[in-house]
Amino acid sequence: MNRFLLPLGAFALLLVVLIAGLVHAPQKGIIVSPLLGKPAPQFSLPGLLDASTPLQAQSLRGHWTLVNVWGTWCVECRAEHQTLLEIKRQGRVPIYGIDWKDDDTQARAWLAELGNPYERVGADREGRVAIDWGVYGAPESFLVNPSGTVVYKHVGALTPEIWEREFLSRLL
Amino acid sequence: MLVELGHYALILALLLAASQAFFGLVGPALARERWLSSASSAATGQFVFLALATGVLVHAFIEDDFSVRYVAENSNAALPLFYRITALWGAHEGSLLLWVDVLSVWTLAVVARQRFLPPLFGARVIGVLGLISFGFLAFTLCTSDPFVRLTPPVPDGNDLNPVLQDFALAIHPPILYTGYVGFSVSFAFACAAMIEGRRDQLWARWMRPWTVIAWAFLAWGIALGSWWAYYELGWGGFWFWDPVECASFMPWLVGTALIHSLAVTDKRGLFKSWTLLLAVGAFSLSLLGTFLVRSGVLVSVHSFAADPRRGIFILGFLILMIGGALTLYAWRAPRMVSQAGFELISRESFLLFNNLLLVIAAAVVFGGTMAPLIADTLHLGTLSVGPPYFNPSFLVPILPLLALLAVGIHARWRRGGLHDARRRLIGSFAFSLVLGLALTFGVYAHPLPLTPIGAVLGVWIIVSSLVDPIDRLRRRLSVPASIAGMAIAHIGLGLFVIGITFVQSNTLERDIALKPGGSVDLGGYNFRFDGVANIEGPNYEGLRGTVTVTSAGRPVTVLHPEKRHFWVQGSVQTTAAIADGLHRDLLASLGDDVGAGAFSLRFQYRPLIRFVWLGAFIMAMGGVTVVIGRRQRGAGWAGATQRASDTTAASAP
Repeated sequence: MNRFLLPLGAFALLLVVLIAGLVHAPQKGIIVSPLLGKPAPQFSLPGLLDASTPLQAQSLRGHWTLVNVWGTWCVECRAEHQTLLEIKRQGRVPIYGIDWKDDDTQARAWLAELGNPYERVGADREGRVAIDWGVYGAPESFLVNPSGTVVYKHVGALTPEIWEREFLSRLL
Repeated sequence: MLVELGHYALILALLLAASQAFFGLVGPALARERWLSSASSAATGQFVFLALATGVLVHAFIEDDFSVRYVAENSNAALPLFYRITALWGAHEGSLLLWVDVLSVWTLAVVARQRFLPPLFGARVIGVLGLISFGFLAFTLCTSDPFVRLTPPVPDGNDLNPVLQDFALAIHPPILYTGYVGFSVSFAFACAAMIEGRRDQLWARWMRPWTVIAWAFLAWGIALGSWWAYYELGWGGFWFWDPVECASFMPWLVGTALIHSLAVTDKRGLFKSWTLLLAVGAFSLSLLGTFLVRSGVLVSVHSFAADPRRGIFILGFLILMIGGALTLYAWRAPRMVSQAGFELISRESFLLFNNLLLVIAAAVVFGGTMAPLIADTLHLGTLSVGPPYFNPSFLVPILPLLALLAVGIHARWRRGGLHDARRRLIGSFAFSLVLGLALTFGVYAHPLPLTPIGAVLGVWIIVSSLVDPIDRLRRRLSVPASIAGMAIAHIGLGLFVIGITFVQSNTLERDIALKPGGSVDLGGYNFRFDGVANIEGPNYEGLRGTVTVTSAGRPVTVLHPEKRHFWVQGSVQTTAAIADGLHRDLLASLGDDVGAGAFSLRFQYRPLIRFVWLGAFIMAMGGVTVVIGRRQRGAGWAGATQRASDTTAASAP
């Protein structure tokens, strides 16, 4: 065995690990949420549009829901907004919004201007509830099943393709 | 329109990189003389178009052009001008552009000094650099294009990550990348030498200054990052063994081994294949660092991009570059082995041990960085590796390394044993023992088991480094830059060791809730909390506390720790207040309002922590001294090349 081949062999071994790591990467890292397969966290947020209808964990029970974390300061959220309106138009799953670390007046103006895809919006002014949900950065969307269990999480803007492929396919 | 021009400039740079690689590598193989200069012209052209592309992007940032997605995601109209410029490398796409920019500057420097290299060899070096540049430009354009437009444009941007809105961190990436990317020049020299199968050792002489400069910049970059983490993250730590830190530290360790091994190859013609392997290794680790940070394979606080497509691309590039170089190594290195020998106790064998221990240290860091990934791959569960693994395991190779350094400095080339150095050896050790123990037990009490060892080793390294220069001065001999630089670098290391030793052993910290007027004693200082005030910055608002520090009734300093709330990204950030001093730092950080007018506060006393960064800075300055000294004497590149041009014909493949 030629000792000058050893480095190449070691590199090949390393490659195996790296490739294996890469194959696993889509299922781990930031896309994995400790919440997956667990009940959605308990929370209660004041309503953004109507103070008398707060957004609570109980609101998510009994039917499939999409929980969307957004903010007016978030560039990607603006890109995502059309998709959310389209999902509302389809009418299969109600969307609940968590308005994250935002100014209430600006947030209302945003919904008035771009249209409101949400069934209810809770104002998470301090960002406490987003921490419970393990939010990494807006926008993030969670699919919650009728028993209140988080089934899927998507980081980044939703597109019609992602909605179809990752969310609709999971609806039973 | 301007943005599209920048985009085209980047595409042109890609094409020029391709032709640079082609002419530089194929030209010498086919012995086409005109092609050789085409490689240099392509490199120069590539630089011009990269500068244009980067300039356009900077312009978009300065002018708040939020129709560019990258600008919208990383800048904001309220962001100060300086950070609007440095936001260029605030995220993935721009960092890659910076990577290529730095590589282009290095390539241009090689082109400028090409006349000191044999024409074929120089062209090959530039060709290999072109190949690397092509890979990175293709990566940027295919997976991470910074010039993508946003439709419709947004009225205002998302703001730069608040953590990055800081002077040290803003200038940190260019310096770190200069080091990281600089190893690509060493890599290119090694590849060129292997392609030619050179039997001489001149390539080592040519490679040396480039490697030392890259190594020095990497040291500065790492030190700057550590300094930033220290004052910005707000909890007083300065090294976390975070995967991203390890990614820059591994090439530095291997680079340190490389510059020592290069000295042996250059002076004595030994360790040739080993030196080549280290040159390939240092650059491979730089690439691997990029892979780990950019692909999301290892997730850490620093990595801002996780995209499997990018990972696959980088992986392909790794296979091509590292796999290619190692295949070349397996093929050519056996012919390049040298026969000269040396005795057991000689400078060569000390440097061999230096190399082995440094590579073991790098392997320790590598193992710790990769372990979570390997455990995950083998389904052994999630493993997290932190300081409890790194700190002790890293010391295992490093402590003997330091001791061998203090002894080995006195050893001579080739042979001689240590007989004639015995007096110096015993004298310097006795002196260091007294001084080190005095520091441990006299100046700072309550030592840990390793405190006296660290203190004595640190002092011993400094004293040993000074012996030879002082001896030369006493005998009225000149001190050549190479010897002065080596002494400076080792003194820097000694200061670093002393700093680490005492900051690890004698740091005091205290978390406490205080009402205004309350105070606490720590390390001979009295910290009194005087209350908080509201503050408002250009893009944030927050609280600013006042802490008055006194020692034995005399005022020492007033500290203002801050807690900032950034409007746009909505994140909160604490900024520790630090009173720095050469012999100690005092820190105060402001925590939460715990009610009834009281705040939670953290106070720290950290002795000699400045020595850590000062030591690293001086170490790097030592390297710079050597290179500048060589150039001024004119004997370095130019002198060597005169002789080299005679041997070129003989060594061509």
